[in-house]
Amino acid sequence: MNLAEPPPSGRLWLLGALTAVTVPQLVRLPIALSTICVLLLGWRYGVELRGWRLPSRALRLLLTGCGALAVLFVYHTLFGRDAGLALLTVMLCLKLLELRTVRDAMVTAFLGYFLLAGGFLYGQSLWVGIYLLAMAWLLTTTLVALNHPAGNRKCAGIYLRQGGMLLLQALPLMALLFVLFPRIPGPLWGLPKDAFGGHTGLSNHMTLANITQLADSEAVAFRVQFDGPVPAANELYWRGPVFWVTDGRRWDPLAAGQRGEWYRRPPPYTAYGKPVRYTLTLEPDNEKWLFALDLPASAPPHVRVTEDFQLRLPQRAAQRRRFALSSYLHYRAEAITPRERSLALQLPPRANPRTRALARSWDKLSDAEIVQQALDYFRNNPFYYTRRPPPLGDNAIDDFLFTTRRGFCEHYAAAFTTLMRAAGIPARVVTGYQGGEVNPIGGYMIVRQSMAHAWSEVYLKGRGWVRVDPTAVIPPQRVESTEDLQRFRSTAPIIPLNVELAWLAHLRDGLDALNNAWNQWVLGYNNIRQQRLLQRLGLLRFGWSGAAAVLAAAFAAVLGLVALQILVRGETTKDPLLRLYRRVERRLERLGLVRNPYEGPQTFARRIATLRPDIAPALSTITDLYVALRYGHGGMTELTRFRQAALRFRPSRRTTDSYVS
Amino acid sequence: MTKTAAPLGWRQRLNPARFLRGLGPEAGPVTLNRARIFILPTRQGLAYALVLFAILAGAVNYENSLAYALVFTLVGLGVVSILHTYRNLQGLVIRAGRPLPVFAGERALFPIGIVNPTRRRRYAVVLSLPGTAGSAVDLAAGENWVELSQAAPLRGRLFLGRFVVATRFPLGLLRAWSHIDLGMQCLVYPAPALLRGLPPTLSGSDGGDGDRGFGHEEFAALRPYRVGDTLSHVHWKAVAREQGMQTKQFSGEAAQELWLAWELLPGTAPELRLRRLCRWVLEADGAGLAYGLTLPDRRIEPAIGAAHRRVCLEALALFGESR
Repeated sequence: MNLAEPPPSGRLWLLGALTAVTVPQLVRLPIALSTICVLLLGWRYGVELRGWRLPSRALRLLLTGCGALAVLFVYHTLFGRDAGLALLTVMLCLKLLELRTVRDAMVTAFLGYFLLAGGFLYGQSLWVGIYLLAMAWLLTTTLVALNHPAGNRKCAGIYLRQGGMLLLQALPLMALLFVLFPRIPGPLWGLPKDAFGGHTGLSNHMTLANITQLADSEAVAFRVQFDGPVPAANELYWRGPVFWVTDGRRWDPLAAGQRGEWYRRPPPYTAYGKPVRYTLTLEPDNEKWLFALDLPASAPPHVRVTEDFQLRLPQRAAQRRRFALSSYLHYRAEAITPRERSLALQLPPRANPRTRALARSWDKLSDAEIVQQALDYFRNNPFYYTRRPPPLGDNAIDDFLFTTRRGFCEHYAAAFTTLMRAAGIPARVVTGYQGGEVNPIGGYMIVRQSMAHAWSEVYLKGRGWVRVDPTAVIPPQRVESTEDLQRFRSTAPIIPLNVELAWLAHLRDGLDALNNAWNQWVLGYNNIRQQRLLQRLGLLRFGWSGAAAVLAAAFAAVLGLVALQILVRGETTKDPLLRLYRRVERRLERLGLVRNPYEGPQTFARRIATLRPDIAPALSTITDLYVALRYGHGGMTELTRFRQAALRFRPSRRTTDSYVS
Repeated sequence: MTKTAAPLGWRQRLNPARFLRGLGPEAGPVTLNRARIFILPTRQGLAYALVLFAILAGAVNYENSLAYALVFTLVGLGVVSILHTYRNLQGLVIRAGRPLPVFAGERALFPIGIVNPTRRRRYAVVLSLPGTAGSAVDLAAGENWVELSQAAPLRGRLFLGRFVVATRFPLGLLRAWSHIDLGMQCLVYPAPALLRGLPPTLSGSDGGDGDRGFGHEEFAALRPYRVGDTLSHVHWKAVAREQGMQTKQFSGEAAQELWLAWELLPGTAPELRLRRLCRWVLEADGAGLAYGLTLPDRRIEPAIGAAHRRVCLEALALFGESR
């Protein structure tokens, strides 16, 4: 039972630790709920620091009910990731108003650990890892403070040291378990719908507006490690969703009814040159597509290549995952079915009449000439690149091509594709990313959300599907703002960075390299990688039970080392004299002969002599030598003799009654 | 004092009763070592395990690496804290102090010495008797004294019996403890009867209310000094003349020796008699009178002083105890 009241210093630690654990949740919660939590926390601070009164039992019950109702009102449920964590946060803040016993307080600290784990569902970056360690330290220190009834504010250093020590000693065990504890592929049960949050990447359709949000985001979309040299910048087209269906404004992928059996496998194509091999680590975007360099040659098992060369994942990308891929940069994909051709020529019959009129005016030209005409149209007319385009009317493509002439990649891709279809050339819109920064420290490439891009593919007789990037024809001087120039960079030759900013770029590269290592080795460590590691170590030869035995043995060994450190080393001193003398003292302590704090070595030896005359000569020799060495007139010979005498000193464990009586 | 308890043999070590009740009384200081310290999770420790399972389930379900890292860190913490909790008791030497006698109805205080032979401070060590909470103390290096108090309702010998040295420090997830019985005992005098006054033998003239009249008025004679005599009655001049220590006796004192006798209280229950006699001893001692005590099986010659008082009270406390 531990029904004593928690010590005041322990309560303060608990309050501080829980505040630190709650803050990231508060930022994520809707404003109404975080306000409630802040008020509850503030109340407890008032109690601790200003002597406010705690709420009565009835009020507490009322507040609990209100808290649950508030969560229910905001989320319409109490379950799932967001609502569950919101409820836990509110209840934890309420629990702080009821800390009657040490037991209450400790359970609250445990819930703090739980809340900490809940926060990892929202992000697991390196920073979150560092935060994890800091919070574990803080909560552990809190437990120490709660279990020291005589504590006061001056003990903070002791608690921090004790908590830190415990944590440091726990870390080797943690590392071992992390590597060797059998990883079961999840999930164990159905995950709530909101388990992995909204997607952060490309959209599954395109209306002429929504890449802009992405363009502002410096978040990483994926990282790529090339096996060989990095391809040239103008070949870095990362193929993603392909859009076929348009109503004049909006572009969509093929609907379920339009995708037949033909769509489910890649068409035949001719490849030139060697494939580019690389490993792509996809950030979780909660979508089913994967990106690959145009044109994906091979896909890992379970990943499907579609007829329009998209890579489709069997499940939504909820975790960061690695894929080994290869692509052909030069290819000829000539296969086209009549059905595909009609889909690639579909246009809404009435929308964008002026666009169709323009296309009709190129009637006499060949397909390749029409493509050139369209690109020249963009280059020779005052088209500008901007991320803040003016709004477009019902005939969006008409407005863009003839009136506003301001837009970004989506506008150019959509307008170009529309023009091509109107001119009778099969065409489709491809979205994905263009470019990539090479991290010189990690030697890999980062592709960010800001590199999201859209381009066009046209089918030319005798050449098959050909990529055309109409945005690339806009000359850099027609990029409106410098921010946009940065953005535009991915489609244009790279503009050298400011020299002053070089160190900043260097720092960013270093951080990202660290982050990448963290992703690969810590976050990406799953059952597959574990199995591979165990295999490489030869531990799977004896099956899983053998691996379990190895885990147990390794755990025991690490624990033994930690125990040695705790139980033995903690007592020693660096002073060799004192160490030897302590050894003698310990031998005597085992017989119950303890030196009192007020006794010097000589007094102690005299007292022992009366109790145990049999060991008196040996002890007096040791004591004399010790005193001589310690206080000045001992040399090397004395030291040797002292060491020998101390090491030989083994008093017999005999009943001392005979001497006492 | 420095006799030590014999080390435990294997048969004793494996005796399951040790786990629950400890061994019987032992003589001499007891060193807490791995043979004597038990350790088990507390309720909070079990709650902690439950939270760990919940986090682990979440980690598996969401394949969340940091949740794995957290749960393994916490497992490591729990395991390491076993060693720390054990270490908080390891090596402590527990020895018996000498409790002061008390009167029945008071609380006896048993001083217990705990030697911390290491330089490391021991935090929140709790000494308690079965069924009581005890209070936690921090033990500095060297010798520390802690008192255990126990109600002393009856006269005679009060045995402290088994007590527990325990700790939950540092994390409260585990409790390490050791049962210890040093065979400590405290003498409990009978509770003095409430009825004040001295037996009639002495008084006659004084009407029972022995006040300032006694023993100070007329110098009567000298007798050899006995231990316990009031120093103000010592014949200092004689000391100066090197005639030895002599005590002056005054009228009333020498004439009548005060006997506090069992027989003076006929028809009273034995325990009540002892309480009355106890009161008389205290009153006579307070008044500075020489008094003797007779019990059915014992006779103590008249004398004065603290040592005499202690002898008398001890006789009363242990009356009836077979020798």
